[in-house]
Amino acid sequence: MIEIKDLHKSYKMGSNSLHVLKGINFSVDKGELVAIMGSSGSGKSTLLNILGMLDVADTGDYTLDGVPIKDMNETKAAQYRNKFLGFVFQSFNLINYKSAMENVALPLYYQRMPRKERQEKALKYLDQVGLKEWATHLPSELSGGQKQRVAIARAMAAEPKVLLADEPTGALDSTTSYEVMDLIQKINDEGNTILVVTHEEDIAHMCKRIVHLKDGVIVEDKKVKQVRASAYV
Amino acid sequence: MFSRDTWKEIFETIQKNKLRTFLTGFTVALGIFIFVSLFGMGNGLNNTFAKFFGDDATNVLYLFPGRTSIPYKGYKANRRIEFENDDLAAIEKDFEMFLEYVTPRITRSALVKYKEESDNYSTRAVAPPHLFAEKTIIMKGRYLNEMDIAGKTKYAVIGRLVEQDLFKDADAIGEFIDVGGSVFKVIGVFQDDGGDNEERRIYIPYTTRQLIEKATDKVDQIIVGFKPELGYAGAMAFESSISKYIRNRKYISPNDPNGLFIRNVADQLKQNQQFAGVLQIIISGIAFAVIISGIIGISNIMLFVVKERTKEIGIRKALGATPKNVTSTILLESVFITTISGFVGMLIGVGLLRFIGNALEEDYFITDPYINIGTAIFATILLVLCGTIAGYVPARRAARIKPIVALRDE
Repeated sequence: MIEIKDLHKSYKMGSNSLHVLKGINFSVDKGELVAIMGSSGSGKSTLLNILGMLDVADTGDYTLDGVPIKDMNETKAAQYRNKFLGFVFQSFNLINYKSAMENVALPLYYQRMPRKERQEKALKYLDQVGLKEWATHLPSELSGGQKQRVAIARAMAAEPKVLLADEPTGALDSTTSYEVMDLIQKINDEGNTILVVTHEEDIAHMCKRIVHLKDGVIVEDKKVKQVRASAYV
Repeated sequence: MFSRDTWKEIFETIQKNKLRTFLTGFTVALGIFIFVSLFGMGNGLNNTFAKFFGDDATNVLYLFPGRTSIPYKGYKANRRIEFENDDLAAIEKDFEMFLEYVTPRITRSALVKYKEESDNYSTRAVAPPHLFAEKTIIMKGRYLNEMDIAGKTKYAVIGRLVEQDLFKDADAIGEFIDVGGSVFKVIGVFQDDGGDNEERRIYIPYTTRQLIEKATDKVDQIIVGFKPELGYAGAMAFESSISKYIRNRKYISPNDPNGLFIRNVADQLKQNQQFAGVLQIIISGIAFAVIISGIIGISNIMLFVVKERTKEIGIRKALGATPKNVTSTILLESVFITTISGFVGMLIGVGLLRFIGNALEEDYFITDPYINIGTAIFATILLVLCGTIAGYVPARRAARIKPIVALRDE
């Protein structure tokens, strides 16, 4: 599903250049649930942003579902993001003046799906995350866990090939964190490919594979026995 | 891009961001409103000006006799010049092809009495064509005619305010009034756009006045109405030839500044028009400045709006919005708001001008303020257009920023 070869990325900080990713080689198969771990500054978020086409690598190859991702213009990247990728952010990133349902329907709007269909589908996904009765509420009326579930429903609504989650539990207490992880595991059980960036060990162990990043290189890549989050809920 | 769905999305955004919508709309509406009302008031000022100076006919020369200051052809200096009926006839005959009419004017102040009411009024003894020179409007009855001149009748045409003062609510026509000791029959009542003073006058036949003043044939002033086809240059040429003619007839040196005075309204009219033009330029300048500050205002708002929406734009881009989606949404939204509010501001402005009407005429010299609808629409479209351009630059920049940068924006 994801193939990465010798990926480099550096940021310019004034006159200095900060080399964040120093040759990443890594691949993910369909249906995997991968945790990307590392301390802050290890480059894990940068990697996820590049995988998510929110950012571009300096050098290296990236193939997503057999499609080489390179020399993308903004429009093309936007269409690929819409078609292939779903995002879940630490800070939820819901649009604050839109209701839960409208937020979920937004990626479908950019797929030019008719309004009615869009709303039906959005409701279906809200139902899946257990928030159907909150459909008309604004994000400000939802709790943190609910917001993240809406964000997950939004990410899944476009039926992406890969779900990318950047510290999805970073802003949540542990109980809610496990609820969210439970949801992510269930989505994975249905055969969806998911990448989770986290620095929390317990969250990482709820995935099936852990990739450790340190100073811009992968130092460890191991399969783990998955801990089911439902056990804690 | 213009699908129903896009518009629905825009309406929703507008509805749910009321403060932002209000701020944007208010700036535009206010700008257009100020522009329209200022421009209208300016026009009103101009109208008053035109009314003040446009009350008399403009194809007229006023000839005033003076006192010579240069000896000429055996006559000493300091000789008083007087016009007579012969001069009238001579001008009429010799300038026939340039003339529309000639009329004398003898002005006297007189105590006028009707029953118990009395007051001092200025009487003008004139010939019938004086009507055209002064643009007198007959309200009822009639003006003086040639038969009155020939018959030296004791008929008077009185101003609207004279009638009001002396007769109160009663009808003056056919009544007799005492004008400086002679009894005149009122045959007409007139009004005049020149203001109250003009309507406190009494017109009588000049021959009657001459009869009262011991059968003289002296005339105070001669008013010459020339053909309007002469134009400005023609009027100036006509003035100099009539000046030469009178000087020749009355033995006044061509170089004597005091023997004869001629007031040429055409010349004055030109000055007045220049003044009005300057007024118009000042008003246009202010209106232009208002539009410019409106454009700056709307640009600021657009900048603010885009800045405020940076994060939202990042989210939308992460969810698959193309840069074109982003720019077109922001622009359509701003065009929609600015157009609607621009026209609302315009309508309020036009409405205000209508409402004011002539209410400010007395104290503020603003008569019938109006704005050409074309000008108002043009200004509105200009503001909308500039607002759009001003919005386009930040919108495009926002559409181009990497979603990751936009998402980080807090």
